[in-house]
Amino acid sequence: MLKLEVRPQPSKWMSLASPLLALALTVVLGLGLFVLLGKDPLRGLQMFFWEPIKSAYAWSELGIKATPLVLIALGLAVCFRSNVWNIGAEGQFIVGALAGGWVAMQATPETGRGIVVLILLAGVAGGAAWAALTALLRDRFNANEILVSLMLVYVADLLLGYLVYGPWKDPQGYNFPQTISFLASTKIPRLFEGWRVNIGVLIALGAVAGFWLLLFRTYAGFALQVGGLAPAAARYAGFSSRRALWTALLLSGGMAGLAGALEAAGPLGQLTPHVPAGYGFAAIIVAFVGRLHPVGIVFSAILMSMFYIGGELAQSRLGLPKSITGVFQGLLLFTLLACDTLIHYRLRLGKPSQA
Amino acid sequence: MTLRLELSGISKQYPAVKANDDIALRVEPGQIHAVLGENGAGKSTLMKIIYGAVQPDAGRIRWNGQELVIKSPAQARALGISMVYQHFSLFDTLSAAENVWLGLDKSLSLAEVKARIREVAASYGLDVDPERPVHSLSVGERQRVEIVRALLTKPQLLILDEPTSVLTPQAVERLFMILRQLSSEGCAILYISHKLDEIRALCHHCTVLRGGRVTGEVDPRTQSNAELSRLMIGAEPPQLRHAARAQGPLALELRSLSLAKASAFGTDLQDIALSLHAGEIVGVAGVSGNGQQELMAALSGEDPRAPAGSVRLFGADIARAGARRRRRLGLHFVPEERLGRGAVPTLSLAQNTLLTRTEAVKAGGLLSMAQVRRQAAELIQRFGVKAGGPDAAAKSLSGGNLQKFIVGREIAAQPKVLIIAQPTWGVDVGAAAQIRGELLKLREAGCALLVVSEELDELFEISDRLVVMAKGRLSPSLPVADATVERIGIWMSGLWDAPAPEAGQNKNTMKESAGAQA
Repeated sequence: MLKLEVRPQPSKWMSLASPLLALALTVVLGLGLFVLLGKDPLRGLQMFFWEPIKSAYAWSELGIKATPLVLIALGLAVCFRSNVWNIGAEGQFIVGALAGGWVAMQATPETGRGIVVLILLAGVAGGAAWAALTALLRDRFNANEILVSLMLVYVADLLLGYLVYGPWKDPQGYNFPQTISFLASTKIPRLFEGWRVNIGVLIALGAVAGFWLLLFRTYAGFALQVGGLAPAAARYAGFSSRRALWTALLLSGGMAGLAGALEAAGPLGQLTPHVPAGYGFAAIIVAFVGRLHPVGIVFSAILMSMFYIGGELAQSRLGLPKSITGVFQGLLLFTLLACDTLIHYRLRLGKPSQA
Repeated sequence: MTLRLELSGISKQYPAVKANDDIALRVEPGQIHAVLGENGAGKSTLMKIIYGAVQPDAGRIRWNGQELVIKSPAQARALGISMVYQHFSLFDTLSAAENVWLGLDKSLSLAEVKARIREVAASYGLDVDPERPVHSLSVGERQRVEIVRALLTKPQLLILDEPTSVLTPQAVERLFMILRQLSSEGCAILYISHKLDEIRALCHHCTVLRGGRVTGEVDPRTQSNAELSRLMIGAEPPQLRHAARAQGPLALELRSLSLAKASAFGTDLQDIALSLHAGEIVGVAGVSGNGQQELMAALSGEDPRAPAGSVRLFGADIARAGARRRRRLGLHFVPEERLGRGAVPTLSLAQNTLLTRTEAVKAGGLLSMAQVRRQAAELIQRFGVKAGGPDAAAKSLSGGNLQKFIVGREIAAQPKVLIIAQPTWGVDVGAAAQIRGELLKLREAGCALLVVSEELDELFEISDRLVVMAKGRLSPSLPVADATVERIGIWMSGLWDAPAPEAGQNKNTMKESAGAQA
């Protein structure tokens, strides 16, 4: 019989091994899933784990998906480490895209490339403002930030719908619910000719370094995390819990908004009802699989992007439903939560010891 | 006569330490049997083995002559063994009565349990409100719930782990009367303590543990404190020097500090006045839950709601200042909870240094991690903290070592005013002496110290003046030379306005016994 035994100290090694073990379990379960669906399991795995990384072009596509995930997950990592449960990054992403899109729509043929900076700043401001609603309600009325931030996702979604079906609809768009295509000057500059990957990747990598510095090398980052780990110790030290709440929410909202603006003025090039692609929710998984660590988040975002691309390929080439992507993401999160048990416990074979 | 409980050859190995090594223990019915030892001597492990919470690696247990294996606390309770743990095993979100109910068999209704609690609490003079949720109770009140829970089951063997640390001297006397009564009814009592006076006053027999082994079995009534102390720690603790010192300038002043409680079950502070001078130690006595926590929070800045002007530090009004500003002005604080308040459990000692020390915070809020680690390493070395190094997590340290680290962190900051709650709670005798010595050194250096403690001996040993807290009010101060245990005990009930009792012949009891203990 298997028995769980408390470890004397949480295992450092296991906290690194747990995501790998979870990935392995996800692969095994995925194999079973493909067999049950009557598909060739090896071809299924190939779609998810080989096709997305087999060429430089594939990596460019991977980068497009991973960039928003990294940006959003970095902000969420700060939130979660501060014990602030922002579940509404998706809504902040949408409002960031709306704000960035609005700036992009103001461009005229004479506008210079500098407008890209304004678009991104507008995105940050939009996302942060949306998150500020949650912070305000939490601070002022002690409303639960999980519920408020989550419900605001749907409000943001409706706001997007209202704008693209209404005032922002392209007059020459044959009544499709979409804005005008943004002018070329507003496009996020691409890194290489012919590939879609853009400077968002560089911004994301810079943000990784910035957040690492914030979390592990600044007093402010330390204060935030103490508030999350031990509120009484934070009070004792004199770290304000209100400041932590606002900082965490504004930061993560700003990051989600930045991702939204990059998406709107990047791969999308216009606003449609399909702006929200689930990045805001997937980033929650990315943040946890990456151990709420900026470097870990890079790896988990790449993995999650592989699932996105693999899901699309499985759809077009194997005829599997689109929801397979969500199934894989969910499998990964659940196996990770299960494997994390092994950080604090170890498995013992045999009868419960009398020791 | 059949022994109530007989242990032989009991051993228990933990990953890091052998907690019990070939221990024998023989308890007769009706015997009050002391188990004496420092923290870490293996007392708690032994008691958990008797209570079925931990299984020994080797050894035999006989209960009323029958050899058996005690597999679980439930079985132990069925046999008639009750235990009051030192670290409470109560659920925070449940009420006191619900917690007691959980440990009983299910034949009683909750209403009946409440009635029984009130009955037992009244007859034993233990003040417990069964309706209150445990999270709102102070440490002392939680212990009372535990004691009532144990007494409700009418045990044949009652195990008490350091039960008196939260009681007034009068309440200790009452508890002893209860224990003697239980003993005369045939209930055996295992009394775990490191308080030598209590053991000598109460117990019939004493088994001394050191480093997991039995180092002596004596009749404590025939032993002196010094003899018991030698058996317990193998050496005599260092003598403390309390040199007379002229009172320095006024450092901290409280003027009509009144503060409504922050939580429903807190205590309102009422019209508190106190002057604390440089170079003196003022001790705050009192049973926990009488407003000490609220006063500490108002002084440390964790609760900055005090009326303007009611708290002054070197003349400056700090009543509404936050904790960081007060610290910058030279006021440091050591809270009674080490894990979760004085230190973040999962963070390293180096990171925990940053909670109150900002020397390593450079321009722009950047941290010099090398300097933080160096600082922590210095504290570990200077205060003899047993730890894996600056990177060891705070929760990996024993209570005493973490306390040394936290106290050391505040002392090394060279505070002008140090407020410290329960400086030696759960700390072994050697470490306690070291901490008290450091506090006295700080006093020599001209720091003003306010020490809140439930150990009266400690307050008598290090204080210049004593004040007593009761029901949210603070007594006038009393030079320690004029104080007696009896008088402080009466003050603990809030009766300092009453005329002082004739206490001439008892006047120096505590001083003498403290001296003998040293």
